[in-house]
Amino acid sequence: MKVSYFPGCTLKTKAKDLDEYARRSCEALGITLEEIEDWQCCGGVFTTARDEVATKLSSVRALKEAAAKDQPLVTVCSACHNVIKQTNHAMQTDAEFAAKVNNYMADGAYNGEAQVYHYLELLRDVVGFDTLKEKVVNALKGKKIAAYYGCLLLRPSGVMRMDDPENPTIMEDFIRAIGAEPVVYAMRNECCGGYIAMESPALAKKNSNAVVENAKAQGAEMIITACPLCRYNLIKNGADIPVVYFTELLAEALGVKEGENA
Amino acid sequence: MHNSNLKEDIIRISGVNPKKCMRCGKCSASCPAYDEMEYHPHQFVAMIENGDIEPLLNSKSLYKCLSCFACIERCPRSVEPAKLVEAVRLAAVRKQGANHMTANDVPALLDAELPQQAIVSAFRKYSK
Repeated sequence: MKVSYFPGCTLKTKAKDLDEYARRSCEALGITLEEIEDWQCCGGVFTTARDEVATKLSSVRALKEAAAKDQPLVTVCSACHNVIKQTNHAMQTDAEFAAKVNNYMADGAYNGEAQVYHYLELLRDVVGFDTLKEKVVNALKGKKIAAYYGCLLLRPSGVMRMDDPENPTIMEDFIRAIGAEPVVYAMRNECCGGYIAMESPALAKKNSNAVVENAKAQGAEMIITACPLCRYNLIKNGADIPVVYFTELLAEALGVKEGENA
Repeated sequence: MHNSNLKEDIIRISGVNPKKCMRCGKCSASCPAYDEMEYHPHQFVAMIENGDIEPLLNSKSLYKCLSCFACIERCPRSVEPAKLVEAVRLAAVRKQGANHMTANDVPALLDAELPQQAIVSAFRKYSK
């Protein structure tokens, strides 16, 4: 099976691991990630203003290319996923906005036809966690892992439709599928501070520390995330347990992490 | 009531009806940037409803919203306060020379590990 893939700016630079392990794991699961040609940066955050058009064109162009190939569009980065899914929803539900966007589309209109999956949704809804479990060759037995959802995977839930926004299970189910033990904690869907790290590092520190302390208090030995900025904030602000991308553990469990068994 | 055109613009581009607010304060209780804000999410809603927008336009609170969508998610009346904050922020930064952050500001804010995602997100929120 082939799917369209939007890696995003950070997966080509500071988060190459997130990208590489995602690609290798997908191959091991029989799915090829076909990178969108000439994709442009999503912009990092979705602008909710209805009259903001230019900032959403890059997402629409990626969606349009996936739709033309009749493939779902898959993202790994939480931020890309949030921006692209919210843009797709706006194209489906706001005709005035869609008409303005389509003025900039060269060959034919786009009206939200593409299906958007986060990589975790691809694992749950296309591969299936039971199938994933069968393909695990290196179960991460005994590891207590806290899933850090942050903001962008789940909210706004009416648009994202990934999981229950206050009591999600998709990452915990993923952790179980690779043989480890999920640690549930209250702060798992609260914000790390995001881009405020640039202007108000103290706020990012306060928020990030609250997440890490809460995870540790519930027994976590490791935190996983899908978001490069969450990972940066948690590590930068002194997390004293490993904070890793979920795709790294997936690749390890599937036996395709480079150097594994070498 | 003053600033009625601006009020109408903000309501139009945000798609929010501030009259739906029942003043429960859950948006501000959920806000991870609350402590750093001069005007809090529930105050944005009430002040915009009253056309009292000038203080918001000039407040640094506009640049404290983290776009975490917590207030949008948790509002029991679906008022979606962050969309109002965003509309006022755009009304401010869209004016010529009013960008809150420029490319010249960025080098001083970088460290070696900072992901590109942070920079593009900040630009989207702080400038036009």
